[in-house]
Amino acid sequence: MTNENNSLTSKKVPPIYPAKTKVQVTLIFFVVLGIYIFSMSWTQRQMAGGFGGALGNMFTVIEKFFPPNTAVISAIWGPMVETIQMAIIATTFAAILTVPLAILAAENITTWKPLYILTRTFLNILRTIPDLVLAVIFVGLFGIGLFPGILALVIFSLGILAKLISETIESVDMHPLEAMRSSGGNVFQVIWYGLIPQVLPQYTSLVLYVFEINIRASVVLGLVGAGGIGLILNQQLGFYNYPNAMMIIILIFVVVIVIEYISTRIREALL
Amino acid sequence: MENYSLPPKPKNSMYKNIRNIVIAILVIAMYVWTFVSIDIDWGRAIERAINNFNRVIPRLFNPDWSATGDVAWSMLETVLIAFAGSLMAAVIAVPLSFLAARNMMGGIVISTIGKWVLSAVRAFPDIILAILFVVAVGPNAFAGVLAIAIGSTGMLGKMFAEIIESIDMNVVEAMEASGANKIQILFYGVLPQITPEFLSYAIYRFEVDIRASSILGIVGAGGIGTMIIFASNNRNWNEMGTILLAIIIVVTIIDFASARIRRKIV
Repeated sequence: MTNENNSLTSKKVPPIYPAKTKVQVTLIFFVVLGIYIFSMSWTQRQMAGGFGGALGNMFTVIEKFFPPNTAVISAIWGPMVETIQMAIIATTFAAILTVPLAILAAENITTWKPLYILTRTFLNILRTIPDLVLAVIFVGLFGIGLFPGILALVIFSLGILAKLISETIESVDMHPLEAMRSSGGNVFQVIWYGLIPQVLPQYTSLVLYVFEINIRASVVLGLVGAGGIGLILNQQLGFYNYPNAMMIIILIFVVVIVIEYISTRIREALL
Repeated sequence: MENYSLPPKPKNSMYKNIRNIVIAILVIAMYVWTFVSIDIDWGRAIERAINNFNRVIPRLFNPDWSATGDVAWSMLETVLIAFAGSLMAAVIAVPLSFLAARNMMGGIVISTIGKWVLSAVRAFPDIILAILFVVAVGPNAFAGVLAIAIGSTGMLGKMFAEIIESIDMNVVEAMEASGANKIQILFYGVLPQITPEFLSYAIYRFEVDIRASSILGIVGAGGIGTMIIFASNNRNWNEMGTILLAIIIVVTIIDFASARIRRKIV
Protein backbone atom coordinates (compact mmCIF):
# COMPACT_ATOMS: atom_id res chain seq x y z
CA MET A 1 0.00 0.00 0.00
CA THR A 2 2.57 2.58 1.04
CA ASN A 3 4.51 2.81 -2.15
CA GLU A 4 7.85 4.58 -1.71
CA ASN A 5 7.19 7.00 -4.57
CA ASN A 6 3.60 7.84 -3.79
CA SER A 7 3.85 8.55 -0.11
CA LEU A 8 3.45 12.12 1.04
CA THR A 9 6.71 12.01 2.94
CA SER A 10 8.70 11.15 -0.18
CA LYS A 11 11.75 13.33 -0.63
CA LYS A 12 11.80 12.76 -4.40
CA VAL A 13 10.50 15.80 -6.22
CA PRO A 14 9.63 15.13 -9.85
CA PRO A 15 11.76 17.31 -12.12
CA ILE A 16 9.83 20.21 -13.62
CA TYR A 17 11.94 20.28 -16.76
CA PRO A 18 12.61 17.16 -18.89
CA ALA A 19 16.22 16.06 -19.35
CA LYS A 20 16.29 16.93 -23.04
CA THR A 21 15.33 20.54 -22.38
CA LYS A 22 18.04 20.75 -19.73
CA VAL A 23 20.70 19.63 -22.22
CA GLN A 24 19.42 22.11 -24.83
CA VAL A 25 19.30 25.00 -22.40
CA THR A 26 22.81 24.23 -21.13
CA LEU A 27 24.14 24.14 -24.70
CA ILE A 28 22.45 27.44 -25.61
CA PHE A 29 23.74 28.98 -22.40
CA PHE A 30 27.35 28.09 -23.23
CA VAL A 31 27.01 29.30 -26.84
CA VAL A 32 25.59 32.65 -25.63
CA LEU A 33 28.32 32.91 -23.00
CA GLY A 34 30.97 32.11 -25.62
CA ILE A 35 29.75 34.83 -27.99
CA TYR A 36 29.56 37.24 -25.05
CA ILE A 37 33.16 36.61 -24.02
CA PHE A 38 34.26 36.96 -27.64
CA SER A 39 32.32 40.24 -28.01
CA MET A 40 33.79 41.64 -24.83
CA SER A 41 37.38 40.84 -25.85
CA TRP A 42 36.78 42.11 -29.39
CA THR A 43 35.30 45.43 -28.31
CA GLN A 44 38.03 46.00 -25.74
CA ARG A 45 40.93 45.21 -28.04
CA GLN A 46 41.70 48.84 -28.89
CA MET A 47 41.29 50.05 -25.36
CA ALA A 48 44.35 51.11 -23.40
CA GLY A 49 44.47 49.76 -19.86
CA GLY A 50 41.60 47.30 -20.29
CA PHE A 51 38.38 47.14 -18.32
CA GLY A 52 39.84 48.01 -14.91
CA GLY A 53 41.75 51.00 -16.22
CA ALA A 54 38.68 52.29 -18.02
CA LEU A 55 36.50 52.11 -14.92
CA GLY A 56 39.12 53.95 -12.89
CA ASN A 57 39.47 56.54 -15.62
CA MET A 58 35.71 56.94 -15.93
CA PHE A 59 35.22 58.68 -12.61
CA THR A 60 38.05 61.15 -13.11
CA VAL A 61 36.69 62.06 -16.55
CA ILE A 62 33.04 62.25 -15.49
CA GLU A 63 34.13 64.83 -12.92
CA LYS A 64 35.02 67.19 -15.78
CA PHE A 65 31.34 67.36 -16.70
CA PHE A 66 30.41 68.73 -13.28
CA PRO A 67 29.19 71.17 -12.24
CA PRO A 68 27.10 71.91 -15.36
CA ASN A 69 27.27 75.51 -16.51
CA THR A 70 23.79 76.91 -15.79
CA ALA A 71 24.67 80.25 -17.41
CA VAL A 72 24.24 78.84 -20.93
CA ILE A 73 20.60 77.91 -20.46
CA SER A 74 19.32 81.13 -22.09
CA ALA A 75 21.59 80.52 -25.08
CA ILE A 76 20.49 76.92 -25.62
CA TRP A 77 16.78 77.47 -25.05
CA GLY A 78 16.25 78.69 -28.66
CA PRO A 79 17.77 75.61 -30.32
CA MET A 80 15.85 73.37 -27.89
CA VAL A 81 12.54 74.96 -28.93
CA GLU A 82 13.58 74.56 -32.57
CA THR A 83 14.20 70.85 -31.91
CA ILE A 84 10.72 70.40 -30.47
CA GLN A 85 9.24 72.21 -33.49
CA MET A 86 11.13 69.86 -35.81
CA ALA A 87 9.56 66.90 -34.05
CA ILE A 88 6.07 68.47 -34.23
CA ILE A 89 6.32 69.14 -37.97
CA ALA A 90 7.84 65.73 -38.72
CA THR A 91 5.19 63.89 -36.70
CA THR A 92 2.40 65.83 -38.43
CA PHE A 93 3.63 64.98 -41.93
CA ALA A 94 4.30 61.37 -40.96
CA ALA A 95 0.79 61.12 -39.49
CA ILE A 96 -0.74 62.34 -42.77
CA LEU A 97 1.43 60.27 -45.09
CA THR A 98 0.98 57.15 -43.00
CA VAL A 99 -2.76 56.88 -43.67
CA PRO A 100 -2.62 55.58 -47.27
CA LEU A 101 0.44 53.46 -46.49
CA ALA A 102 -1.16 51.88 -43.44
CA ILE A 103 -4.33 51.06 -45.37
CA LEU A 104 -2.28 49.52 -48.18
CA ALA A 105 -0.33 47.47 -45.62
CA ALA A 106 -3.44 46.09 -43.88
CA GLU A 107 -4.33 42.60 -45.03
CA ASN A 108 -8.06 42.95 -44.40
CA ILE A 109 -8.54 46.16 -46.44
CA THR A 110 -6.02 45.65 -49.23
CA THR A 111 -7.29 42.32 -50.44
CA TRP A 112 -5.09 42.32 -53.53
CA LYS A 113 -2.11 40.28 -52.26
CA PRO A 114 0.77 41.63 -54.42
CA LEU A 115 0.08 45.25 -53.41
CA TYR A 116 -0.10 44.27 -49.74
CA ILE A 117 3.18 42.35 -49.90
CA LEU A 118 4.88 45.18 -51.80
CA THR A 119 3.84 47.81 -49.23
CA ARG A 120 4.82 45.56 -46.33
CA THR A 121 8.27 44.87 -47.79
CA PHE A 122 8.80 48.58 -48.47
CA LEU A 123 7.90 49.44 -44.87
CA ASN A 124 10.12 46.67 -43.51
CA ILE A 125 13.12 47.98 -45.46
CA LEU A 126 12.33 51.55 -44.39
CA ARG A 127 12.34 50.51 -40.75
CA THR A 128 15.80 48.90 -40.93
CA ILE A 129 17.53 52.22 -41.69
CA PRO A 130 18.43 54.11 -38.49
CA ASP A 131 17.29 57.75 -38.22
CA LEU A 132 20.79 59.21 -38.06
CA VAL A 133 21.85 57.38 -41.23
CA LEU A 134 18.89 58.95 -43.04
CA ALA A 135 19.94 62.31 -41.62
CA VAL A 136 23.52 61.85 -42.88
CA ILE A 137 22.25 61.14 -46.38
CA PHE A 138 19.78 64.05 -46.41
CA VAL A 139 22.42 66.43 -45.09
CA GLY A 140 24.60 65.33 -48.00
CA LEU A 141 21.71 66.03 -50.34
CA PHE A 142 20.22 69.27 -48.95
CA GLY A 143 23.12 70.73 -47.00
CA ILE A 144 23.25 71.51 -43.29
CA GLY A 145 19.99 72.79 -41.78
CA LEU A 146 16.60 71.96 -40.35
CA PHE A 147 15.05 70.62 -43.54
CA PRO A 148 17.15 67.42 -43.88
CA GLY A 149 16.51 66.71 -40.20
CA ILE A 150 12.75 67.04 -40.58
CA LEU A 151 12.81 64.87 -43.70
CA ALA A 152 14.84 62.18 -41.92
CA LEU A 153 12.36 62.19 -39.02
CA VAL A 154 9.38 61.96 -41.39
CA ILE A 155 10.79 58.96 -43.28
CA PHE A 156 11.97 57.26 -40.10
CA SER A 157 8.71 57.65 -38.20
CA LEU A 158 6.66 56.76 -41.27
CA GLY A 159 8.06 53.22 -41.18
CA ILE A 160 7.17 52.70 -37.53
CA LEU A 161 3.81 54.46 -37.62
CA ALA A 162 2.52 52.77 -40.77
CA LYS A 163 3.39 49.36 -39.38
CA LEU A 164 1.73 49.95 -36.01
CA ILE A 165 -1.40 51.48 -37.56
CA SER A 166 -1.73 48.75 -40.17
CA GLU A 167 -1.69 46.24 -37.31
CA THR A 168 -4.44 48.21 -35.57
CA ILE A 169 -6.47 48.19 -38.78
CA GLU A 170 -6.01 44.45 -39.10
CA SER A 171 -7.45 43.92 -35.63
CA VAL A 172 -10.71 45.87 -36.17
CA ASP A 173 -14.15 44.30 -36.11
CA MET A 174 -14.90 43.52 -39.79
CA HIS A 175 -18.66 43.00 -39.32
CA PRO A 176 -19.77 46.65 -39.69
CA LEU A 177 -17.58 46.95 -42.77
CA GLU A 178 -19.10 43.86 -44.35
CA ALA A 179 -22.59 45.11 -43.57
CA MET A 180 -21.85 48.42 -45.30
CA ARG A 181 -20.33 46.74 -48.30
CA SER A 182 -23.30 44.40 -48.68
CA SER A 183 -25.75 47.32 -48.45
CA GLY A 184 -23.94 49.07 -51.28
CA GLY A 185 -21.29 51.29 -49.73
CA ASN A 186 -18.26 51.96 -51.91
CA VAL A 187 -14.67 51.54 -50.75
CA PHE A 188 -14.30 55.11 -49.49
CA GLN A 189 -17.63 55.08 -47.66
CA VAL A 190 -16.68 51.82 -45.97
CA ILE A 191 -13.33 53.26 -44.88
CA TRP A 192 -14.82 56.58 -43.74
CA TYR A 193 -17.82 55.28 -41.78
CA GLY A 194 -16.72 51.77 -40.84
CA LEU A 195 -12.98 51.85 -40.35
CA ILE A 196 -12.05 55.33 -39.17
CA PRO A 197 -14.32 55.45 -36.08
CA GLN A 198 -12.84 52.15 -34.97
CA VAL A 199 -9.17 53.09 -35.33
CA LEU A 200 -9.22 56.81 -34.45
CA PRO A 201 -8.38 56.47 -30.72
CA GLN A 202 -5.50 54.07 -31.40
CA TYR A 203 -4.34 56.25 -34.27
CA THR A 204 -4.10 59.31 -32.04
CA SER A 205 -2.36 57.32 -29.35
CA LEU A 206 0.20 55.88 -31.79
CA VAL A 207 0.86 59.31 -33.31
CA LEU A 208 1.65 60.62 -29.82
CA TYR A 209 3.89 57.62 -29.21
CA VAL A 210 5.78 58.36 -32.42
CA PHE A 211 5.99 62.00 -31.34
CA GLU A 212 7.84 60.81 -28.23
CA ILE A 213 10.21 58.79 -30.43
CA ASN A 214 10.72 61.81 -32.69
CA ILE A 215 11.55 64.10 -29.77
CA ARG A 216 14.18 61.63 -28.65
CA ALA A 217 15.55 61.30 -32.18
CA SER A 218 15.48 65.03 -32.98
CA VAL A 219 17.72 66.01 -30.07
CA VAL A 220 20.60 64.03 -31.56
CA LEU A 221 20.09 64.83 -35.26
CA GLY A 222 22.28 67.89 -34.91
CA LEU A 223 25.30 65.64 -34.32
CA VAL A 224 25.39 65.06 -38.08
CA GLY A 225 24.41 68.64 -38.97
CA ALA A 226 20.67 68.18 -39.33
CA GLY A 227 19.61 71.05 -37.09
CA GLY A 228 18.41 71.41 -33.53
CA ILE A 229 20.18 71.30 -30.21
CA GLY A 230 22.47 68.41 -31.17
CA LEU A 231 24.46 70.85 -33.31
CA ILE A 232 25.30 72.98 -30.27
CA LEU A 233 26.09 69.87 -28.23
CA ASN A 234 28.50 68.69 -30.91
CA GLN A 235 30.24 72.11 -30.99
CA GLN A 236 30.65 72.23 -27.22
CA LEU A 237 32.06 68.69 -27.16
CA GLY A 238 34.42 69.66 -29.98
CA PHE A 239 35.72 72.55 -27.83
CA TYR A 240 36.06 70.15 -24.84
CA ASN A 241 33.66 72.47 -23.02
CA TYR A 242 32.22 69.72 -20.86
CA PRO A 243 30.24 71.80 -18.28
CA ASN A 244 28.29 73.43 -21.15
CA ALA A 245 27.75 70.03 -22.79
CA MET A 246 26.44 68.66 -19.49
CA MET A 247 23.95 71.52 -19.20
CA ILE A 248 22.66 70.71 -22.71
CA ILE A 249 22.37 67.02 -21.83
CA ILE A 250 20.44 67.87 -18.66
CA LEU A 251 18.08 70.15 -20.60
CA ILE A 252 17.49 67.38 -23.17
CA PHE A 253 16.79 64.97 -20.33
CA VAL A 254 14.27 67.29 -18.68
CA VAL A 255 12.46 68.09 -21.95
CA VAL A 256 12.23 64.40 -22.92
CA ILE A 257 10.83 63.46 -19.50
CA VAL A 258 8.26 66.29 -19.46
CA ILE A 259 7.02 65.58 -22.99
CA GLU A 260 6.85 61.85 -22.33
CA TYR A 261 4.88 62.45 -19.16
CA ILE A 262 2.34 64.69 -20.93
CA SER A 263 2.05 62.32 -23.87
CA THR A 264 1.57 59.27 -21.66
CA ARG A 265 -1.16 61.07 -19.74
CA ILE A 266 -3.02 61.99 -22.95
CA ARG A 267 -2.69 58.44 -24.27
CA GLU A 268 -4.06 57.00 -21.03
CA ALA A 269 -7.05 59.33 -21.31
CA LEU A 270 -7.64 58.30 -24.93
CA LEU A 271 -7.74 54.52 -24.59
CA MET B 1 -48.86 55.85 -41.29
CA GLU B 2 -46.38 55.70 -38.57
CA ASN B 3 -43.37 57.89 -38.92
CA TYR B 4 -40.08 56.14 -38.45
CA SER B 5 -37.36 58.38 -37.21
CA LEU B 6 -33.83 57.87 -35.98
CA PRO B 7 -33.33 57.88 -32.22
CA PRO B 8 -32.25 61.32 -30.98
CA LYS B 9 -28.53 61.95 -30.97
CA PRO B 10 -26.98 61.85 -27.50
CA LYS B 11 -26.51 65.42 -26.28
CA ASN B 12 -22.96 66.44 -25.63
CA SER B 13 -22.60 67.79 -22.15
CA MET B 14 -21.46 71.34 -21.56
CA TYR B 15 -18.21 70.10 -20.02
CA LYS B 16 -17.35 67.97 -23.04
CA ASN B 17 -18.08 70.78 -25.48
CA ILE B 18 -15.85 73.21 -23.62
CA ARG B 19 -13.12 70.60 -23.31
CA ASN B 20 -13.17 69.89 -27.04
CA ILE B 21 -12.99 73.59 -27.90
CA VAL B 22 -10.07 74.10 -25.51
CA ILE B 23 -8.21 71.14 -27.01
CA ALA B 24 -8.84 72.43 -30.54
CA ILE B 25 -7.56 75.91 -29.64
CA LEU B 26 -4.45 74.45 -28.00
CA VAL B 27 -3.66 72.27 -31.03
CA ILE B 28 -4.19 75.14 -33.48
CA ALA B 29 -2.06 77.46 -31.32
CA MET B 30 0.71 74.87 -31.26
CA TYR B 31 0.70 74.57 -35.05
CA VAL B 32 0.58 78.33 -35.65
CA TRP B 33 3.48 78.81 -33.24
CA THR B 34 5.47 76.02 -34.87
CA PHE B 35 5.00 76.95 -38.50
CA VAL B 36 5.38 80.70 -37.95
CA SER B 37 8.55 80.58 -35.90
CA ILE B 38 10.40 77.74 -37.62
CA ASP B 39 13.06 79.03 -39.92
CA ILE B 40 13.76 76.83 -42.92
CA ASP B 41 15.86 78.21 -45.77
CA TRP B 42 13.83 76.67 -48.57
CA GLY B 43 15.70 78.35 -51.40
CA ARG B 44 19.05 77.07 -50.30
CA ALA B 45 17.79 73.54 -49.58
CA ILE B 46 16.20 73.27 -53.03
CA GLU B 47 19.21 74.75 -54.78
CA ARG B 48 21.51 72.34 -52.96
CA ALA B 49 19.24 69.42 -53.78
CA ILE B 50 19.27 70.23 -57.50
CA ASN B 51 23.06 70.55 -57.47
CA ASN B 52 23.71 67.43 -55.41
CA PHE B 53 21.02 65.10 -56.70
CA ASN B 54 23.14 63.53 -59.42
CA ARG B 55 26.16 63.35 -57.17
CA VAL B 56 24.33 61.52 -54.39
CA ILE B 57 21.33 59.45 -55.42
CA PRO B 58 22.65 57.41 -58.40
CA ARG B 59 25.87 56.66 -56.53
CA LEU B 60 23.92 55.55 -53.47
CA PHE B 61 22.23 52.88 -55.59
CA ASN B 62 25.54 51.84 -57.12
CA PRO B 63 27.38 50.31 -54.15
CA ASP B 64 31.15 50.17 -54.06
CA TRP B 65 31.79 46.42 -53.93
CA SER B 66 35.49 46.81 -53.18
CA ALA B 67 34.58 48.07 -49.70
CA THR B 68 32.57 44.90 -48.91
CA GLY B 69 35.33 43.42 -46.72
CA ASP B 70 35.75 46.50 -44.52
CA VAL B 71 32.01 46.98 -44.27
CA ALA B 72 31.52 43.33 -43.25
CA TRP B 73 34.07 43.62 -40.43
CA SER B 74 32.51 46.86 -39.17
CA MET B 75 29.08 45.31 -39.32
CA LEU B 76 30.35 42.33 -37.31
CA GLU B 77 31.65 44.74 -34.70
CA THR B 78 28.23 46.43 -34.65
CA VAL B 79 26.51 43.10 -34.00
CA LEU B 80 29.02 42.23 -31.26
CA ILE B 81 28.48 45.61 -29.56
CA ALA B 82 24.73 45.08 -29.62
CA PHE B 83 25.07 41.51 -28.34
CA ALA B 84 27.40 42.31 -25.45
CA GLY B 85 25.38 45.41 -24.55
CA SER B 86 21.96 43.81 -24.59
CA LEU B 87 23.13 40.73 -22.68
CA MET B 88 24.71 42.94 -20.02
CA ALA B 89 21.48 44.94 -19.83
CA ALA B 90 19.35 41.79 -19.57
CA VAL B 91 21.43 40.59 -16.61
CA ILE B 92 21.47 43.97 -14.82
CA ALA B 93 17.74 44.49 -15.45
CA VAL B 94 16.66 41.32 -13.57
CA PRO B 95 17.47 42.45 -10.00
CA LEU B 96 16.29 46.00 -10.80
CA SER B 97 12.98 44.70 -12.10
CA PHE B 98 12.41 42.69 -8.90
CA LEU B 99 12.94 45.91 -6.96
CA ALA B 100 10.58 47.86 -9.21
CA ALA B 101 7.79 45.24 -9.27
CA ARG B 102 5.01 46.02 -6.81
CA ASN B 103 4.32 42.40 -5.82
CA MET B 104 7.87 41.28 -4.97
CA MET B 105 10.35 43.07 -2.75
CA GLY B 106 9.48 45.72 -0.23
CA GLY B 107 6.51 47.96 -0.60
CA ILE B 108 5.13 50.63 -2.79
CA VAL B 109 7.91 53.09 -1.90
CA ILE B 110 10.79 50.99 -3.24
CA SER B 111 8.73 50.05 -6.28
CA THR B 112 7.94 53.68 -7.12
CA ILE B 113 11.56 54.76 -6.68
CA GLY B 114 12.72 51.82 -8.82
CA LYS B 115 10.30 52.74 -11.59
CA TRP B 116 11.39 56.39 -11.51
CA VAL B 117 15.04 55.39 -11.81
CA LEU B 118 14.30 53.08 -14.75
CA SER B 119 12.25 55.77 -16.53
CA ALA B 120 15.01 58.30 -15.97
CA VAL B 121 17.57 55.96 -17.54
CA ARG B 122 15.24 55.40 -20.48
CA ALA B 123 14.96 59.14 -21.17
CA PHE B 124 18.60 59.38 -22.28
CA PRO B 125 18.97 58.76 -26.01
CA ASP B 126 21.55 55.98 -26.63
CA ILE B 127 23.82 58.28 -28.52
CA ILE B 128 24.00 60.79 -25.66
CA LEU B 129 25.07 57.97 -23.37
CA ALA B 130 27.64 57.01 -26.00
CA ILE B 131 29.03 60.58 -25.94
CA LEU B 132 29.48 60.35 -22.16
CA PHE B 133 31.15 56.94 -22.37
CA VAL B 134 33.42 57.95 -25.25
CA VAL B 135 34.72 60.75 -23.06
CA ALA B 136 35.06 58.35 -20.15
CA VAL B 137 36.67 55.23 -21.68
CA GLY B 138 38.00 56.58 -24.96
CA PRO B 139 36.75 56.34 -28.55
CA ASN B 140 36.41 52.59 -28.95
CA ALA B 141 33.80 49.88 -29.29
CA PHE B 142 33.64 49.28 -25.55
CA ALA B 143 32.15 52.74 -25.04
CA GLY B 144 29.41 51.56 -27.40
CA VAL B 145 28.85 48.40 -25.36
CA LEU B 146 28.45 50.44 -22.18
CA ALA B 147 26.08 52.92 -23.85
CA ILE B 148 23.89 50.11 -25.20
CA ALA B 149 23.98 48.29 -21.85
CA ILE B 150 22.86 51.31 -19.81
CA GLY B 151 20.32 52.45 -22.41
CA SER B 152 18.70 49.02 -22.64
CA THR B 153 18.63 48.48 -18.88
CA GLY B 154 15.99 51.19 -18.51
CA MET B 155 13.59 49.69 -21.03
CA LEU B 156 14.22 46.04 -20.09
CA GLY B 157 13.91 46.74 -16.37
CA LYS B 158 10.55 48.42 -16.90
CA MET B 159 9.28 45.61 -19.14
CA PHE B 160 10.54 42.91 -16.75
CA ALA B 161 8.86 44.65 -13.80
CA GLU B 162 5.56 44.72 -15.71
CA ILE B 163 5.92 40.99 -16.46
CA ILE B 164 6.58 40.21 -12.80
CA GLU B 165 3.53 42.25 -11.78
CA SER B 166 1.37 40.24 -14.16
CA ILE B 167 2.27 36.76 -12.85
CA ASP B 168 -0.26 34.46 -11.22
CA MET B 169 0.19 35.17 -7.49
CA ASN B 170 -2.01 32.23 -6.48
CA VAL B 171 0.90 29.89 -7.15
CA VAL B 172 3.14 31.96 -4.90
CA GLU B 173 0.52 32.09 -2.14
CA ALA B 174 -0.06 28.33 -2.34
CA MET B 175 3.66 27.73 -1.96
CA GLU B 176 3.89 30.16 0.94
CA ALA B 177 0.96 28.44 2.64
CA SER B 178 2.58 25.03 2.28
CA GLY B 179 5.77 26.29 3.88
CA ALA B 180 8.13 26.97 1.02
CA ASN B 181 10.92 29.40 1.75
CA LYS B 182 11.75 32.50 -0.34
CA ILE B 183 14.34 30.75 -2.50
CA GLN B 184 11.98 27.87 -3.28
CA ILE B 185 9.20 30.29 -4.18
CA LEU B 186 11.56 32.16 -6.47
CA PHE B 187 12.77 29.04 -8.29
CA TYR B 188 9.55 27.02 -8.50
CA GLY B 189 6.82 29.66 -8.31
CA VAL B 190 8.14 32.83 -9.97
CA LEU B 191 10.93 31.93 -12.39
CA PRO B 192 8.99 29.37 -14.49
CA GLN B 193 6.29 32.01 -15.03
CA ILE B 194 8.58 34.84 -16.07
CA THR B 195 11.51 33.18 -17.89
CA PRO B 196 9.95 32.83 -21.37
CA GLU B 197 8.75 36.43 -21.48
CA PHE B 198 12.02 37.76 -20.05
CA LEU B 199 13.94 35.95 -22.78
CA SER B 200 11.53 37.16 -25.42
CA TYR B 201 11.95 40.81 -24.41
CA ALA B 202 15.73 40.46 -24.12
CA ILE B 203 15.91 39.09 -27.67
CA TYR B 204 13.59 41.84 -28.90
CA ARG B 205 15.85 44.41 -27.28
CA PHE B 206 18.81 42.86 -29.14
CA GLU B 207 16.95 43.67 -32.40
CA VAL B 208 16.51 47.29 -31.30
CA ASP B 209 20.13 47.49 -30.17
CA ILE B 210 21.44 46.39 -33.57
CA ARG B 211 19.83 49.51 -35.03
CA ALA B 212 21.12 51.65 -32.18
CA SER B 213 24.68 50.35 -32.31
CA SER B 214 24.94 50.92 -36.06
CA ILE B 215 24.91 54.69 -35.46
CA LEU B 216 27.03 54.88 -32.29
CA GLY B 217 30.17 55.22 -34.40
CA ILE B 218 29.03 58.72 -35.36
CA VAL B 219 30.24 59.88 -31.94
CA GLY B 220 33.24 57.50 -31.99
CA ALA B 221 31.84 54.49 -30.16
CA GLY B 222 32.79 51.84 -32.72
CA GLY B 223 30.87 49.79 -35.24
CA ILE B 224 29.70 50.70 -38.70
CA GLY B 225 28.82 54.29 -37.70
CA THR B 226 32.52 55.14 -37.92
CA MET B 227 32.47 54.21 -41.60
CA ILE B 228 29.24 56.17 -42.13
CA ILE B 229 30.81 59.36 -40.84
CA PHE B 230 33.98 58.85 -42.94
CA ALA B 231 31.98 58.11 -46.08
CA SER B 232 29.83 61.19 -45.54
CA ASN B 233 32.83 63.48 -44.85
CA ASN B 234 34.59 62.21 -48.00
CA ARG B 235 31.36 62.46 -50.05
CA ASN B 236 31.95 58.78 -50.88
CA TRP B 237 28.33 57.92 -51.65
CA ASN B 238 29.18 54.64 -53.37
CA GLU B 239 30.61 53.36 -50.11
CA MET B 240 27.57 54.75 -48.27
CA GLY B 241 25.47 52.59 -50.58
CA THR B 242 27.42 49.49 -49.52
CA ILE B 243 27.04 50.42 -45.85
CA LEU B 244 23.31 51.00 -46.24
CA LEU B 245 22.92 47.65 -47.97
CA ALA B 246 24.87 45.90 -45.19
CA ILE B 247 22.69 47.50 -42.49
CA ILE B 248 19.46 46.58 -44.30
CA ILE B 249 20.55 42.95 -44.83
CA VAL B 250 21.89 42.35 -41.31
CA VAL B 251 18.94 44.03 -39.56
CA THR B 252 16.45 42.09 -41.70
CA ILE B 253 18.15 38.75 -40.99
CA ILE B 254 18.34 39.41 -37.25
CA ASP B 255 14.73 40.64 -37.08
CA PHE B 256 13.61 37.50 -38.88
CA ALA B 257 15.68 35.12 -36.73
CA SER B 258 14.66 36.85 -33.53
CA ALA B 259 10.96 36.73 -34.44
CA ARG B 260 11.29 32.97 -35.08
CA ILE B 261 13.06 32.33 -31.78
CA ARG B 262 10.59 34.48 -29.84
CA ARG B 263 7.62 32.65 -31.33
CA LYS B 264 9.19 29.38 -30.22
CA ILE B 265 9.87 30.55 -26.66
CA VAL B 266 6.54 32.12 -25.74
